[in-house]
Amino acid sequence: MRSHESLFSDDVIEIYGVTRKFGAKRALDNVSLAIPRGVVFGLVGANGAGKTTLIRHLLGLLQAQTGSVRVFGLDPVQEPVRVLARVGYLSEEGDLPGWMRVDELLRYMRAFYPTWDEVYAQDLRRQFELDPAAKVKTLSKGQRARAGLLVALAYRPELLLLDEPSSGLDPIVRRDILGAIVRTIADEGRTVLFSSHLLDEVERISDRVAMLKGGRILFTGELDEIKQTHHRLTLRFLDERRQPPELNGVLSWEGRGYIWTAVAHGRLDDLALAASAAGAEIIDQRALSLDEIFLAQVGTPRLQPEEV
Amino acid sequence: MQIHISSHDGVPIYLQIVNQVKYLVASGRLAAGEELPPIRTLAEQLLVNPNTVARAYRELELAGVVTKRRTAGTYVSDGASPLARRERLKIVTQRIDALLAEARQMNVDTATLIELIQERDEAMQPLEAAAPRTKEK
Repeated sequence: MRSHESLFSDDVIEIYGVTRKFGAKRALDNVSLAIPRGVVFGLVGANGAGKTTLIRHLLGLLQAQTGSVRVFGLDPVQEPVRVLARVGYLSEEGDLPGWMRVDELLRYMRAFYPTWDEVYAQDLRRQFELDPAAKVKTLSKGQRARAGLLVALAYRPELLLLDEPSSGLDPIVRRDILGAIVRTIADEGRTVLFSSHLLDEVERISDRVAMLKGGRILFTGELDEIKQTHHRLTLRFLDERRQPPELNGVLSWEGRGYIWTAVAHGRLDDLALAASAAGAEIIDQRALSLDEIFLAQVGTPRLQPEEV
Repeated sequence: MQIHISSHDGVPIYLQIVNQVKYLVASGRLAAGEELPPIRTLAEQLLVNPNTVARAYRELELAGVVTKRRTAGTYVSDGASPLARRERLKIVTQRIDALLAEARQMNVDTATLIELIQERDEAMQPLEAAAPRTKEK
């Protein structure tokens, strides 16, 4: 382990009690989060939930108004150089200098990072089919995202922060980005934090997830655990019902008459007990996708569709 | 190895891999002694977390479907084939359960369902086989 700073903890990211207001709006509200080394962490939430604000704190671009932020045990506002040298960052906007050519961009970035791996950088450039002579501003959105990914990976950072990395990209570029994340994890067990509203992607590659809503963490945990404790249950009631009963653990109801379908959180045994106490029998039970769990937990209309 | 991951049907991804490998073995498309792709390769192919593939392989090993050879990869077990019929039936049973649940929700009783299955089965017969039967009627 390279970081002697985090002797006391193997958490690469430690966020404790962070609140951030922009005017009257609470962008982050008492957020605490610990992300251990080697974990792929998915941050999910609708637009405006606070995902980007959280990541900007980790990059030292925003200072915590209350609470504390540590990356590799360091305060990213106090020691940006030491932190950022070990962090790869890719944002949705892909804020690369448009007037540079691809080869100039690589040379420019290389100067900042002592750990830059030129062989790896050139491998990625060929794999992503980036023309070294092309100006960044003339690249397509997908190619720009690939260029952004290249410069975030080429110095082999220990921590990868990806803010909506594949938002608005076509499926082929999205595949590239997911593939690069998968390889990154497989290669060196690096830590990845990525935010996305594409829950399909989050479900594929995360070990852990946190759901944000209105600046608060709705819940966080191992993806497996979350999947195991959320169910879609079909219940048959003894009596015809106009409205479903209050049932412990049920997040949402659908149905009418004798048959109702519930999205529920909890252990199956407990849910079956609660159901029978309410005069119902569970006649079908199936697992939910993360997307369905998110919708039930957040209780809002569907997430914004992917912009094309 | 042909595996398809869907993140819409709710089944945990490691379990989708486990089920599909079992299915491939049961249906003979993966033969005893055949090597499974390395964890990393399959993870990149499926675009899933390598830990998930590792977990699927562990479960498959526990179930006796595959055997890990020291430092030399993961292979379909020799003993995997006797399980085949039981596995096949298990897979079909799961589908039947889902079908039954759906039919109940739509007020289709089991007798009608069985009739429907027979009807569909006849409709799916290859033309040559079906043709004489239509003549008899």
